[in-house]
Amino acid sequence: MQPNDSPSQASPLLTLSGIGKSYAAPVLDGIDLDLRPGQVLALTGENGAGKSTLSKIICGLVDASAGGMTLDGQPYQPTSRTQAEGLGIRMVMQELNLIPTLSIAENLFLEKLPRRFGWIDRKKLAEAARAQMEVVGLGELDPWTPVGDLGLGHQQMVEIARNLIGSCRCLILDEPTAMLTNREVELLFSRIERLRAEGVAIIYISHRLEELKRIADRIVVLRDGKLVCNDDIGRYSTEQLVQLMAGELTKIDLDAEHRHIGAPVLRIRSLGRAPVVQPASLALHAGEVLGIAGLIGSGRTELLRLIFGADRADQGEIFIGDSQQPARIRSPKDAVKAGIAMVTEDRKGQGLLLPQAISVNTSLANLGSVSRAGMLDHAAESSVAQDYVKKLRIRSGSVAQAAGELSGGNQQKVVIARWLYRDCPIMLFDEPTRGIDIGAKSDIYRLFAELAAQGKGLLVVSSDLRELMQICDRIAVMSAGRIADTFSRDDWSQERILAAAFSGYVGRQEAAAAAHVAGNTA
Amino acid sequence: MQTSSSTPAASRQAAYLAGFKNYLGLIAALLAMCVMFAFLSENFLSAATFITLSNDIPPLVVMSVGMTFILIIGGIDLSVGSVMALAASMLSMAMVRWGWPLYAAAPLGVVVAALCGTLTGMVSVHWRIPSFIVSLGVLEIARGLAYQVTNSRTEYIGSAVDVISSPILFGMSPAFLSAIAIVIIAQLVLTRTVLGRYWIGIGTNEEAVRLSGVNPNPSKILAFALMGALAGIAALFQVSRLEAADPNGGVGMELQVIAAVVIGGTSLMGGRGSIVSTFIGVLIISVLEAGLAQVGVSEPMKRIITGAVIVVAVILDTYRRRGQRHAR
Repeated sequence: MQPNDSPSQASPLLTLSGIGKSYAAPVLDGIDLDLRPGQVLALTGENGAGKSTLSKIICGLVDASAGGMTLDGQPYQPTSRTQAEGLGIRMVMQELNLIPTLSIAENLFLEKLPRRFGWIDRKKLAEAARAQMEVVGLGELDPWTPVGDLGLGHQQMVEIARNLIGSCRCLILDEPTAMLTNREVELLFSRIERLRAEGVAIIYISHRLEELKRIADRIVVLRDGKLVCNDDIGRYSTEQLVQLMAGELTKIDLDAEHRHIGAPVLRIRSLGRAPVVQPASLALHAGEVLGIAGLIGSGRTELLRLIFGADRADQGEIFIGDSQQPARIRSPKDAVKAGIAMVTEDRKGQGLLLPQAISVNTSLANLGSVSRAGMLDHAAESSVAQDYVKKLRIRSGSVAQAAGELSGGNQQKVVIARWLYRDCPIMLFDEPTRGIDIGAKSDIYRLFAELAAQGKGLLVVSSDLRELMQICDRIAVMSAGRIADTFSRDDWSQERILAAAFSGYVGRQEAAAAAHVAGNTA
Repeated sequence: MQTSSSTPAASRQAAYLAGFKNYLGLIAALLAMCVMFAFLSENFLSAATFITLSNDIPPLVVMSVGMTFILIIGGIDLSVGSVMALAASMLSMAMVRWGWPLYAAAPLGVVVAALCGTLTGMVSVHWRIPSFIVSLGVLEIARGLAYQVTNSRTEYIGSAVDVISSPILFGMSPAFLSAIAIVIIAQLVLTRTVLGRYWIGIGTNEEAVRLSGVNPNPSKILAFALMGALAGIAALFQVSRLEAADPNGGVGMELQVIAAVVIGGTSLMGGRGSIVSTFIGVLIISVLEAGLAQVGVSEPMKRIITGAVIVVAVILDTYRRRGQRHAR
């Protein structure tokens, strides 16, 4: 893993000393860090540990409230991102920064479009764009494709390509592989290797420990705003890294095998909406965690939305409890009345009121319980929020803090708290642990077990197969809009689930082969 | 990063304090303006100025209250000036042609105006058309109806409507006192009721509200209906002050209303706003106009200065918010 001229001997490119930042509560405290040319530094830690804030300080988006930085030995105090970029410090953010209606070429060169007599030189622009996309291995894309028409993975690569234009001495990548396919990940990694050889210093933020071990030289772990480890990554096993991040060994004992499964709480019969969801039937029982596996776009989210009334089904029926009469669910309001809760995939866009207080977010689905005759009881509302902050271990200054100021995992817990407070017997979760750290994940798994023990029925969509196999009693697999197969704990295996997931797209034999490959890389 | 140990009462107190701080900038601007005019005109700080102001502002106050609700849910209503003129016309028709008493004619005006607002709300919600466009249409419809019912003539009513704007308490009229009461009630509705919470939620993230099992549409339509009703009440105040209903009345008033709300710091993007701030915004605009008139500034000059003040106020507001974000 060590490049030719050992980076540890080169003089530091960027030095941080005593960097601190406080909002309502301290977020970063006394961070000392050296970054050398050609070094790949893995920055990791739980959500809310301060990784994003630290990288934003480095690239000029946030001012540090304590400490200082030097670049090449000179004091470095960026006042804006533009200034930092001018000095070669660049960052690829988790949230994409692209204009969907403009083409790849225009997005890449938005700041400095080539001009001829005042008009955009389209020929030159297309050439430059193609060359720049070649850098990330996507030279074959038409540079005039609107970015909004690309898949998320390709959009991510456009964003990365854009940050590699011009001088780049230090590149910060924040969860760059979250949206990428394996092939794209490989491309990204080979590109990182080349940048390393060119002497670019890289800060790589990720939760995926296997990835970190593969490409990073050093591991830097933040915990509660403090730097708890800065060492050669080769000296740690994955288990040790997990332990470092969480501070304690998070061994999750879910006892999924000894659950008491009761009567059905939800049955759907031939529920569908052409063309995304083919008629689907399944039953969810009290005390059961039923997983829905499948590839992205296989109709999992859409099926949940049909059950929840967020989209109208064009056929089929939903039965609640032991009722023989189909429930009339035509809107989320009807669904909630019938006792169904849904935690959406996109917590920022569809879940939270980001600028509003935590307490406002936790009470949103159940304002009737914190009001009398339409008048809100603010004291009751904040004490409810405080209970859940404590119960779900939500890290926040106070319940009056805006939800948008929390880290991803804590935001997710706020959304879950909203539905716990509503106390629905049927709970639908769409990618409940996407983009959140191991500590928050295990909190959520434990909560699932607890909810199941209380006799609730949980329907969980996830792309993380190992997660589903850990927490579920049964797993239904969707493929190309239909439920391809359902497995129980005794008869599932990663390969069988993957084969079912691919079955709708290719012939049976090819599916098995694809599953074999996917199983090896997973 | 510690879980807070503060009690709910303490955090509420902090919230009130933060809320009060939000008003400080606006109050300071208002006071500064008063001081300036007091130096420029010796008559400015007098009971007469206060009475003139308290007579002039009730229509603007109540319409701005409604517009604050509308902006908070992320909408806009451009029809309010015309709707006010229509309500005034209906009121005068009822009193002059049909001989209705004031207590019957006034509710008629308010109901007609509320129907206009409901129309805007329902059309924009049901067909998912931006309220900007729908209310532009309703603006024309209401103005046309106002001309239709009055035959495009100003209708003189006389002293029968005086009672609403004659001073009863320290020079304050029932109109002014009602306007103040409406401000207080509206602020409570916004901060203390489920409805107000839904409005703020809808303006912040309507999809999140819907997916929390709340149908946002009734609350949205209600906001527009209330806006209409408040324009109807404004019409009553206006008619009583002028003792007449002018079908041309209220032209361009929607802009004045929106300016007052925006000066008060309510976001045009929805999700954030305060009735008290809006009230101070109305005072700023009105004091400015009254002061300029007293100093003897010409009408064109008055408009230029008022426009500039609006722009400056909005610029200052962005700085204030940026400062707040850094302080947090």
